[in-house]
Amino acid sequence: MNGNFYIALIPLLPLATFVLLGLFGRKYLSSISGIIGTLSLLISTLISITTAYNYFLVDGKVNGVYQKIIAFNFTWLQFSPNVSIDLGAILDPISVMMLVVVTFVSLMVHIFSLGYMKGEERFATYYAFLSLFTFSMLGLVLSTNIFQIYMFWELVGVSSFLLIGYYFEKPSAVAASKKAFIVTRFADLGFLIGILILAFNAETLDFGTLIERLTNPASPYLINATTLSFFGMSALTWGLVMVFLGGAGKSAMFPFHIWLPDAMEGPTPVSALIHAATMVVAGVYLVARLFPIYSFDVTALHVVMYVGAFSALLAAVIACTQTDIKRVLAYSTMSQIGYMMFSLGVSSYGGENGLGYMASMFHLFTHAFFKSLLFLGAGAVIHLVHSNEMKDMGGLRKLMPITHITFLIACLAIAGIPPFAGFFSKEEILLAAFHSNKLIYGVALFTSGLTAFYMFRLYFTIFWSKPSYANASDGRESHAHAEHGEGTSTMKIPLIILGACAILAGFFPIASLVTSDGAALETHIDIVFSIAPVLLAIGGILLAMNLYKSENDKPQKLAISLGGFYTAAHKKFYMDEMYLFITKNIIFNIIGKTAAWIDKNIVDGFMNFLAGFTALISELIKGLQSGKLQQYAIYFFVGVIGFMLLFIYIWA
Amino acid sequence: MTNLTILILFPLITAIAVLFCRNSAQIRWTALAGSAIQLILASLLMHSYYAERAAGNVSQMLFESRTSWYSALNIEYYIGVDGISVIMIMMTAFVVLSGILISWKIESLTKEFFFLLLLLSVGAYGFFISLDLFTMFFFLEVAVIPKFLLIAIWGSGKKEYSAMKLALMLMGGSALVLVGLLVTYFKTDIGNGVHTFDLIKISHQHIPLETQKLIFPFLFVGFGVFTALFPFHTWVPDGHSSAPTAASMFLAGISMKLGGYGCLRVATYLMPEGAQYYSSVIVLLATIAIIYGAFATLMQKDLKYINAYSSVSHCGFILLGIGMLTKTAIIGAVLQMVSHGVMTALFFGAIGMIYDRTHTREVEKLGGLLKTIPFVASVYIIAGLCSLGLPGFSGFVSEMTIFMGAWQRPDAFHRIATILACASIVVTAVYILRAAGKAVMGPITNSQYNELTDATWTEKSASVLLTFAVLSIGLAPFWLIDLITPDTQLIMENLARGVLGN
Repeated sequence: MNGNFYIALIPLLPLATFVLLGLFGRKYLSSISGIIGTLSLLISTLISITTAYNYFLVDGKVNGVYQKIIAFNFTWLQFSPNVSIDLGAILDPISVMMLVVVTFVSLMVHIFSLGYMKGEERFATYYAFLSLFTFSMLGLVLSTNIFQIYMFWELVGVSSFLLIGYYFEKPSAVAASKKAFIVTRFADLGFLIGILILAFNAETLDFGTLIERLTNPASPYLINATTLSFFGMSALTWGLVMVFLGGAGKSAMFPFHIWLPDAMEGPTPVSALIHAATMVVAGVYLVARLFPIYSFDVTALHVVMYVGAFSALLAAVIACTQTDIKRVLAYSTMSQIGYMMFSLGVSSYGGENGLGYMASMFHLFTHAFFKSLLFLGAGAVIHLVHSNEMKDMGGLRKLMPITHITFLIACLAIAGIPPFAGFFSKEEILLAAFHSNKLIYGVALFTSGLTAFYMFRLYFTIFWSKPSYANASDGRESHAHAEHGEGTSTMKIPLIILGACAILAGFFPIASLVTSDGAALETHIDIVFSIAPVLLAIGGILLAMNLYKSENDKPQKLAISLGGFYTAAHKKFYMDEMYLFITKNIIFNIIGKTAAWIDKNIVDGFMNFLAGFTALISELIKGLQSGKLQQYAIYFFVGVIGFMLLFIYIWA
Repeated sequence: MTNLTILILFPLITAIAVLFCRNSAQIRWTALAGSAIQLILASLLMHSYYAERAAGNVSQMLFESRTSWYSALNIEYYIGVDGISVIMIMMTAFVVLSGILISWKIESLTKEFFFLLLLLSVGAYGFFISLDLFTMFFFLEVAVIPKFLLIAIWGSGKKEYSAMKLALMLMGGSALVLVGLLVTYFKTDIGNGVHTFDLIKISHQHIPLETQKLIFPFLFVGFGVFTALFPFHTWVPDGHSSAPTAASMFLAGISMKLGGYGCLRVATYLMPEGAQYYSSVIVLLATIAIIYGAFATLMQKDLKYINAYSSVSHCGFILLGIGMLTKTAIIGAVLQMVSHGVMTALFFGAIGMIYDRTHTREVEKLGGLLKTIPFVASVYIIAGLCSLGLPGFSGFVSEMTIFMGAWQRPDAFHRIATILACASIVVTAVYILRAAGKAVMGPITNSQYNELTDATWTEKSASVLLTFAVLSIGLAPFWLIDLITPDTQLIMENLARGVLGN
């Protein structure tokens, strides 16, 4: 399969669309830019699916093990004889799976946006940015080289920045886009240093060589990297932990998660694509890509596990208290990514022990469908209600039946109710955690109950609660909305397709396709094991139903009875305030102001002093050059006498 | 294009032709035609250079020629180019042409303005082709004087102060360089006690270790002043903020690179042991410049001050790359010179376009320009993204090369310096996005901004030209690397010969 250059078309088509729409979209192609973007992505999607078919079913397997295939690779920037940034495409189970997920979800979002973004002044720009994002994400997925992944990593970051700040006239959108970029950039600093450490120790940037050199116990590189110690951790551990920091930033793991809820300022389809299904799982993908090395390093793997589990729990707790529909979904995303992370953390490499790895990838796969569905559904609701706040919604189920049903499917899927997609992947994660670490298992189980609760809190508040949306708001407005309806068919079709995926994705045989070592894994659903999580989920749903199905004061009472804890969770545990304090007071006011002050007063002050001093001296001595002959004669005589005295008394 | 003298003669002829023009339209078109042809000449030079190398010419310098200038002191007009100088010439040609385009609307003393711009470019071209230290020094001085006049006459704000400060500090730098060059000269001996200014010959001589230790600081600091070496960088913010747009572009794009080029070509190449002896000091000062410049930028409120301080930080990377003394880092330093040259010119160009329209550079007063003048605002954002090192633009390539090279020094001191330098890219993101978020994004702050007109054709051409340069490095760095790697190899060999290296 070597030399399959057609793979390059998958990312290059969106790139071409970006260039075309970016340069000419606004002036010449404004009305058809959506169609252009969607069609070119459709071709990409078809190529991706063909590639996946070929890889998984035709020629990816050798002796029952899926191979890593380099479709193409060329040197882009040579640092030194062995170390270079290459650009290429790798085909292995995770990259092929991601290709399909990214192109498919992106296609759904492209189609949905045809209706959702209709009439926007900068329609072409929107599609240009979407294409840029899709290109970058595909490049990231296909990376053969750790520096290549870093480059595309930055590019998805900037596409995310541009799309969050799409409504650039809103100060909140600008602030959110800045925050997202800067927080992830800070995390990327860790990634960069991690790359430098790994590259220095393995003398390569190529993934294949890197993994080979740092996993082979006899390799001098590995021995060197594990013996070098700095603050009690080996160079290898430092490298891996630093790389994980980058992953934690993009994947909104604690403590870098603060950008994700704010990122919801972007258009809702963008949230569905970038901040739910694709970019935010890049961190998981990165750890999975380097998993053979991580599995060698217990410390690094523990960091991944604890950060993942803590983020999952923290986000779920916060999600229960948020009132902005998109923010609830954002925290839910963070929580689910936490699942994927700790699932990698509890896994080891190869065979039965690689269950966690498989489960993580499985959850990534199913989550992409039901979470993008949730966001697109939320988008349809916001499109109708013109508000993100849950209090402005309620009783929408009759007004928007398709949205209602698909949203319900997605909620059941994320809650882990069989036979919806989320059930299967979450079961595998719980099983992997159960066999590895009981504490993590307990956290995961509790969180899955919480998940069911907050998702159905959302569901009941939007679609039930008030008797009917038409009665709730004033007549004229609701009339306009009724005409508006659920939106165009381009908005409904993606919902239906994704709804079907949210039901069926769980039956996809990921276990035999995507595993840590490429060999198929035997899995089975243990009915006894499933009882606890499913019961917990049902309990969560029933509780939410009790509290939110009709309007009542029970939620408020509950909130009051929880007291300070509720307030703290509602305020997101004051993380934003802490960050604000650090940036504003320490970075800006202390460091920044000091640097500026020193520069102005001390460094430049010295230069000015020097200039002033010179001027002063010249002022003092300019009298000597008066041009008066008598004065010069006196100097002359004084000098002569002085030299004479000197000559007579000292030299002689 | 093998006669290098054309590169300085042609802009000189253009400058003189400008003096004979009768109206401002003639002046502009003459200057534009001259600098456009100069860009073509530079491209031809690069093409011939590639062809010559491809044909297997391995001599250190190509297209050499020498004429005795002042034989009593053995001063020669000796010129020639290697890959590094070719790429610097190319960069200069890009910046000059776009500087001319962006100054299209200069109305007062048009003739003198364009004359000085072109004269400045003569100095830069001459500097980059010189292989005789005295000739090189001569062109360095040619490049300084026009700056003083450009700022003092066409500048804004406290222009007299800034012009004076810039001229005095750069002259101070030149004085140090001159002392260094003279001592070097008297330490050379090419037989029969004859001294030489010939750069190539000196590089084969062994200058005594003690002399190197004594002289290296003179040369390095002297050139370093030009490239904003901490703590001699204070002319940069004032100079840039007072300068007219094109002068800022020339100043940051070209002049600051004369210093970096001198630090590499003269100080480090000729004094390998001196460079090794002082390398920690260079790394220390460069790291301070990088991180301290970045933090000082955070507090600036004027778009030009932001970019000027940011230039201090970015030029720190050039010195850091040189100070690390590894091949990769030095390649990175050269890349950073070229990259920063075109990128910062684009940045100052964008700021100039904004200022011409809104008559303010205060970040707080601006806002919503992306809505009213989308082209200009987009140029600002593109320059900003390049400045914060986004992949695809030139800054990423050069900074990453420097980081990779710097990481090859495994001791704690160099590690910490490298990590601090890496950390500066986060601070860069903060100040760039802060400025862009307030000034060009956000709501429209002033109803008059609705009346603004977007870029003219000259401004658009200038922006496209520089964006093209930034992208051609950022998307395809391999051609640049091929160009400069052999020359860096020679510098490294000279360094390895030094006794301290072993």
